[in-house]
Amino acid sequence: MPRQLLRDGSIVDDDWRYWHEEPAPAAVEGASPDAIGLIISHDAWFAERRRWLEAPGRLGIVLGPAVDVGTLQGDLSRLSLIAAEFGSPTEGRGYSQARVLRERLRFSGELRARGEIHQDQVFFLARCGFNALELPAAELAAGRAALATFTFAYQASNDRGLGAPLPLRNLSPHFPG
Amino acid sequence: MYRYDVIDKTLVAERVAQFRDQTRRFLSGSLSEDEFRHLRLRNGLYVQRHAPMLRVAIPYGLLSAPQLRMLAHIARRYDRGYGHFTTRQNIQYNWPTLESVPDILEELASVEMHAIQTSGNCIRNTTSDHLAGVTPDELDDPRPWCELIRQWSSFHPEFTYLPRKFKIAVTGAPQDRAASLVHDVGVHIVRGPDGELGFEILAGGGLGRTPIIGQVIREYLPREHLLSYLEAILRIYNLEGRRDNLTKARIKILVRSLGVEEFRRRVEAEWLSIRDSMRLDAAEIERVRACFPNPAYRELRDGDPTADTETAFRAWYRYNTVPHKVPGYRAIYVSLKKPGVAPGDATDAQMDLVADLAERYSFGEVRVSHGQNLLLADVEQTSAYEVWRALDAAGLATPNIGTLTDMICCPGLDFCSLANAGSIEVAKLINERFDDYDYLYDLGEIDVKMSGCMNACGHHHVGHIGILGVDKGGEEWYQITIGGAAGADASLGSVIGPSVAKADVAETIARLLSVYVDERQEAERFLDTVRRLGVKPFKERVYAAPVAA
Repeated sequence: MPRQLLRDGSIVDDDWRYWHEEPAPAAVEGASPDAIGLIISHDAWFAERRRWLEAPGRLGIVLGPAVDVGTLQGDLSRLSLIAAEFGSPTEGRGYSQARVLRERLRFSGELRARGEIHQDQVFFLARCGFNALELPAAELAAGRAALATFTFAYQASNDRGLGAPLPLRNLSPHFPG
Repeated sequence: MYRYDVIDKTLVAERVAQFRDQTRRFLSGSLSEDEFRHLRLRNGLYVQRHAPMLRVAIPYGLLSAPQLRMLAHIARRYDRGYGHFTTRQNIQYNWPTLESVPDILEELASVEMHAIQTSGNCIRNTTSDHLAGVTPDELDDPRPWCELIRQWSSFHPEFTYLPRKFKIAVTGAPQDRAASLVHDVGVHIVRGPDGELGFEILAGGGLGRTPIIGQVIREYLPREHLLSYLEAILRIYNLEGRRDNLTKARIKILVRSLGVEEFRRRVEAEWLSIRDSMRLDAAEIERVRACFPNPAYRELRDGDPTADTETAFRAWYRYNTVPHKVPGYRAIYVSLKKPGVAPGDATDAQMDLVADLAERYSFGEVRVSHGQNLLLADVEQTSAYEVWRALDAAGLATPNIGTLTDMICCPGLDFCSLANAGSIEVAKLINERFDDYDYLYDLGEIDVKMSGCMNACGHHHVGHIGILGVDKGGEEWYQITIGGAAGADASLGSVIGPSVAKADVAETIARLLSVYVDERQEAERFLDTVRRLGVKPFKERVYAAPVAA
């Protein structure tokens, strides 16, 4: 069964695979070679950066929490997806990585959280700009409901993962993007 | 005081619903102990020695009378009839059941209170000067800024899983009554080059295993940039603070390892990139400031209510009340330091009484101090006698504020699963030894601070006399420091020598004080004598002869 994930508020089949850990599926006759996007690890990407920049098809990159996302600046136009790895439910760096990617680097592709993420993190991940969440299968429905945990927000954030920005007081404007 | 609008009310109610669901999932087995742990901690819920401990936030220490009555009600209905006020303007309940916590939170929400982020690795309750708005030396009222920080930091999506806890204190007066120099971030209201009010920002202070005094990272920050600057500090900390070692994860370690210059450079670079997108709106500043008006003071003149009164009242008035910015008024401490009672503890009946007194004499408001006492901030001097009578009858008028027995103390071994030592028991021994008020008054201002373990919840490093419980082969021992201070001239105490047995703590303190009494010059405080002479003479006297316990 293909992996399912929560993307833009809907539970969908994943149409990406991790190049370094998941084998290519058997070729399906008539299917476009572009149907399944490839997610490359940060190390593999920079080991053969030229090759990837010239490769066909949809490409993404998966980052550990210690990566400075500023190092991706020159490659963002080639990337359709960036995934941030959460090694534990209390890993907090991915939230900052997401905001910097969305707000400073203006990344508009899919921003995905993977690893130790659960329904109780969903709301905060979405507010920081993650629009795709690899939740455990049993938590997908609850995770979707958790997008509506709070009706308002005290802080400007980019709320990309929520679909629409939350109403704020007149503290400061929303970030564009 | 600040009143919730529809946004605040909705958010707090939604938090109660969220926590009720998390508790239900834990009790039904769908959340493991480990998974539930970091969720409950974000709601102030610890699992302690006897039962869960629930910590409720009292933002910047301000309570209305109905809020204090609610705290009394919770103590009565869900606990054993008392609560413990902490050094960071929270109240802790030691005996609620886990199942009842969602109901407690719902009751708190009905009076605009919560337990949001009172524990866990997130931004904690923002604390402030308990004399805010009434002290004559104040530049500006810090509470509106605390409230703005409270809102900004509540459910901040980016800073929900920090490397470690994060504490902010804001002060608006030259005298620092909030221990801001030992906070992760200290915010001081100051005047800028053009006389405008803005902030001095400090970072990297903290106690615990590695006590460090905070350093100035920005001398002047215009006020509309407060939240963007805090956000920049937090982002650098969130991304670069250590997560591999719990004891090295506080921001103080990051500031120290980068050096304050490099830390400042990174924060400033981050800040420049976000500054213009999150400027504080002038109308929002005004909306919040308008929530803290002066109460309707009467036009009065200063007088001396102690003329022709009994000695006990005069002593109390001198030690337990402080000057007010408005003529004819006085700020009155409600002492939670009665000998034999754990410092900071108050019963439900005492809380109800203080709420009544607040309504009758102090515009319906009560404050909680860093020193673990309560305060009626706006009492007419001519009412002081009646207030004293009422407090005295309830055991709340021990005339010891600022003296040796006005100790700061963590709950210790009796309640906390981390503690090595029964700090409450030691407080009792000290109280028994120093029960002569003439001697206490002669000693003058002495801050004694006691922690049951290295986590330093009792701030022992910054006590004029600090007492730290240590475990030696399963026995309780106590390490003594002297020369610490928490105010604007903050310093860390020095260890006087080997730790002492529990039975010897009071005698050790007596010997330290005897050096002070012999050596002091004029109006010198204990702290000043220690600073002038160094540790040596104190150490020599303490260890010169064995203690005949």
